[in-house]
Amino acid sequence: MTTKELKERSIIYRKKILQYIMKANAGHTGGSLSCTDILNVLYNEVLNVSPQNFSSNDRDRYIQSKGHCVEALFVVLADKGFFPEEDLNTLCQYKSHYIGHPTKKVKGVEQNTGALGHGLPIAVGTALAAKMDKKSFRVFTLMGDGELPEGSNWEAALSAAHYKLDNLCAIIDKNSLQITAATADVMNTDPLDQKFRSFGWAVKEINGNDVDALKDAFAGLPFEKGKPSVIIAHTVKGKGVSFMENQLKWHHGVPDKNQYETAQNELDKALSEI
Amino acid sequence: MAEQINTHTYKPNLEIFSETLQRLALTDRNIVAVTSDSRGSGKLVPFGKKFPEQMVEVGIAEQNLVGVAAGLASCGKKVFAVSPACFLTARALEQIKNDVAYSDNRVNIIGISAGVSYGALGSTHHSLHDYAALRAINNIMVVAPADNFETEQAIELAAKADQPVYLRFGKKPMPPLKEINNDGFAFGKGRVILEGSDVAIIATGETVYPALQAAGKLKQQGITATVISMHTIKPLDTALLRSVAEKCKAVITVEEHSVYGGLGEACASYLLQNRITKPFRIIGIPDEYTITGSQQNIFDHYGINEKGIAEVALSLLK
Ligand SMILES: [Mg+2]
Repeated sequence: MTTKELKERSIIYRKKILQYIMKANAGHTGGSLSCTDILNVLYNEVLNVSPQNFSSNDRDRYIQSKGHCVEALFVVLADKGFFPEEDLNTLCQYKSHYIGHPTKKVKGVEQNTGALGHGLPIAVGTALAAKMDKKSFRVFTLMGDGELPEGSNWEAALSAAHYKLDNLCAIIDKNSLQITAATADVMNTDPLDQKFRSFGWAVKEINGNDVDALKDAFAGLPFEKGKPSVIIAHTVKGKGVSFMENQLKWHHGVPDKNQYETAQNELDKALSEI
Repeated sequence: MAEQINTHTYKPNLEIFSETLQRLALTDRNIVAVTSDSRGSGKLVPFGKKFPEQMVEVGIAEQNLVGVAAGLASCGKKVFAVSPACFLTARALEQIKNDVAYSDNRVNIIGISAGVSYGALGSTHHSLHDYAALRAINNIMVVAPADNFETEQAIELAAKADQPVYLRFGKKPMPPLKEINNDGFAFGKGRVILEGSDVAIIATGETVYPALQAAGKLKQQGITATVISMHTIKPLDTALLRSVAEKCKAVITVEEHSVYGGLGEACASYLLQNRITKPFRIIGIPDEYTITGSQQNIFDHYGINEKGIAEVALSLLK
């Protein structure tokens, strides 16, 4: 896709994320909007995964560790044809498979996630299996910056470097906020790049809301042969909707009717201006 | 008495686990053992030497152990995640619940040196909560093989199971429950070790042998006991439980586990909800600061032995 097409796609995804959060009257709005561009570039430019090859052992694996931002994932999977988009009208409804976190009952989802600090260890095991079987598929996991204090992440980070998993890429959606406050105030994890480097990872820091920067970063994988790669993606929580950007209350805030219309109008305007 | 067992002729179930895994790995390169600095205590040093490519070491990091195992299993590996039961089922419980059971990654969780096998090392090293914790988690079987035969069978079945399995055993040499094992072995199907009509003793894991000894002692007093090896605690063999409870005048359960939430309460729940009320007693470790001592000391202290089980039977039959 061209840069213009990718940018358009991001805005269309954001519009749909808001639409289905509104419909479900629930969702993790801010974080879904911050990682939209990452998912867009992954699914449209990077991952060798499709509804057709989803049962093939050679497909790339995407494991969403920050499971609560499932709305972004579901919207992208629907767009890629894993299931009809109208299914998302049942999001969080009684008896729906479309729950508030990723579940394998939904085609395209690799692992049931939601508890934090689980994606990276599973991704390490998956990347190890690829190495054992000499398969060339790659493993990606998207983590939130707020989940980094979970110790399991650092256990997994050690093992990824120990086993030289250069087929593994972690992306940190560093929107610098979490449910309580700024991540730096809740539990500071900076300097993140130095932490990962000292754990034996190759690190790249980019603007995670810039589709070109994301494209370039993924094109450079692995950043170093014999090392796992981490992309520290600096993003804006609530990205794309002015009154949601960097606002704590939109962590899992649901817009009212007026706010929803204002947001959609803003996104429509941005779409027309690309 | 346990002291009379000639330990040189019997092997610990742990050793049988290791031998069986090596045998399976010879013909199946998808067999993978994952350890957390536990290859020595898991008797897996020979496995690691013979199949270095099929062994993954994660260091002392049980949460990562189970997460990594889940990832391996998602790619078709037949994974045995091996670590002391006490750490595996407590520290990594969330990984077992989510990454293995909920995500249906078919990992075999192998809890070694289970129950009070670590004896005087104390409560940090005891697993008296694992049946209770795992029984309440959907999509994982809970299995405690009693002897070498059951262990070998359980490992073979686990390697091809279509559901995650938790298997736990100790490190004490275990005598065989039967001279000839001609009754087969299947998860969810208890084994009748001895038939009698006065009392049903339903035991699991390393407590089946003392249950069998107690039955011998009762026989001398003209009391006949049915002894069941209920190796699978979940799913419980309720058909067998019903039949022996209906046949006998009293029911006793025995387990190397807290009296809360394990085999005993599973049986009690089924019997009561099905209106089968017989004199009933759960033998296990009481809810207290566990006494210091070897595994045998602890068993003896809490009556998990020939004498203790026989006494309970006599009191229920009075
Ligand atoms: Mg955050």
